[in-house]
Amino acid sequence: MKPAPFDYVRAGSLEEALEALAGAGADARIVAGGQSLLPMLNMRLARPGVLVDIMRLANLRRIEERGGEIVIGAGVRQAELEAWPRLADTLPLVAAMLPLLGHVQTRSRGTVCGSIAHADPSAELPLALVALGGAVHLRSQRARRRVAAGDFFAGMMATDMADDEMIEAVSFPAARPGTGHAFREVARRHGDFAIVACAAVVDGTVARLAVGGVADRPVVRAMPMPDEAGLDDALNEFAWDLDARDDVHATARYRRDLVRAIGRQVLEEAARCRD
Amino acid sequence: MPRLSAAGRHAVTFTLNGTDVSGAAEPRMLLSDFLRQVVGLTGTHVGCEHGVCGACTVQIDGAPARSCLTLAVQADGCDIRTVEALAGPDGSLDPLQDSFRAHHGLQCGFCTPGILMSLDALMRVRPDASEAEIRDCLSGHLCRCTGYASIVRAAVAAFEKARGGARES
Repeated sequence: MKPAPFDYVRAGSLEEALEALAGAGADARIVAGGQSLLPMLNMRLARPGVLVDIMRLANLRRIEERGGEIVIGAGVRQAELEAWPRLADTLPLVAAMLPLLGHVQTRSRGTVCGSIAHADPSAELPLALVALGGAVHLRSQRARRRVAAGDFFAGMMATDMADDEMIEAVSFPAARPGTGHAFREVARRHGDFAIVACAAVVDGTVARLAVGGVADRPVVRAMPMPDEAGLDDALNEFAWDLDARDDVHATARYRRDLVRAIGRQVLEEAARCRD
Repeated sequence: MPRLSAAGRHAVTFTLNGTDVSGAAEPRMLLSDFLRQVVGLTGTHVGCEHGVCGACTVQIDGAPARSCLTLAVQADGCDIRTVEALAGPDGSLDPLQDSFRAHHGLQCGFCTPGILMSLDALMRVRPDASEAEIRDCLSGHLCRCTGYASIVRAAVAAFEKARGGARES
């Protein structure tokens, strides 16, 4: 339960971090808060040769409102976003999720972008990014590119990120008037990874439901409005299409039940709280 | 750019319970092991070593954090507090520890140091914390004696006493 040996680079600038990544390729990993990576290192599920620490880079520790988006730098801790005074107004869905994301003892260190990079299929922040249609801002020595959330997550703990790329920031579209959001998850204990997590966004009369914890990545789909007759069928189809599996936490059948039940609840709640 | 080699041992310096401490650590050394093995303070306990049990919780720059999910080299320059900071120099218990004793808030005691450091941090930022908030804070800790009822009772009593609403038992 101790990490295998690695070199540790304390980057003094973004350029230094990118240089270290370019030099080591797949053998290097970025470490920010470490709350997803350190368990992997301790259990030796990850054995990078080089860790590149980006937490001394002040430029990455910013939350900005820019052109209708909330841009969160790679050094912003989850607790810092939780304490950001504009959170409830601009990202009500994320505000509803954060208290259920790990525990106060992990949110104090863990970063928003780190959770996105880790890409656990049952994690809350990747679900929010997909539900809201956000984007991941990637950076390497070669280039800078922006990937839509739906294209970023490639499977269980797999992403579109190349070996020499790092996440510089993620951006969420800010909530617009007339839009309602709701989030609910079922976990064995408060703060555990979700067995099923559902996020709904209702924008005017357009409804979207995103589901985490079932497929190998968070999945979003357009849904009928809660007062339309087709919703039950649409939820049932969505539940089956996610290809749920039995595992130690829950059966596939239970997961499909949860998608249908919580899916309806969050869509109804999101429709109710449109302002 | 500072690059610390895997095989070498590198100087780590931080403030620990108000005093500067220094020691040498390989990059892979966890803060929990650095505290116990290099500094020699064994009040911080090591349970699961993957961030689930909470026994190793310390305060880093005032916030509760898992010392098993932090590298010693990441803590360089930080302000660290461990359970040893709570009791007075003469060994007198602080009010939180006192409440745990009065309300039977520990059985084997393995999880207690981590719980105390989480509650101590909560008390500083949220002296008015409700029982629900206290339970939320405690959800980041496992007690395998399952003594949760008396842990919650001890914590709630300590917060009430600190607020001056004495509910002696």
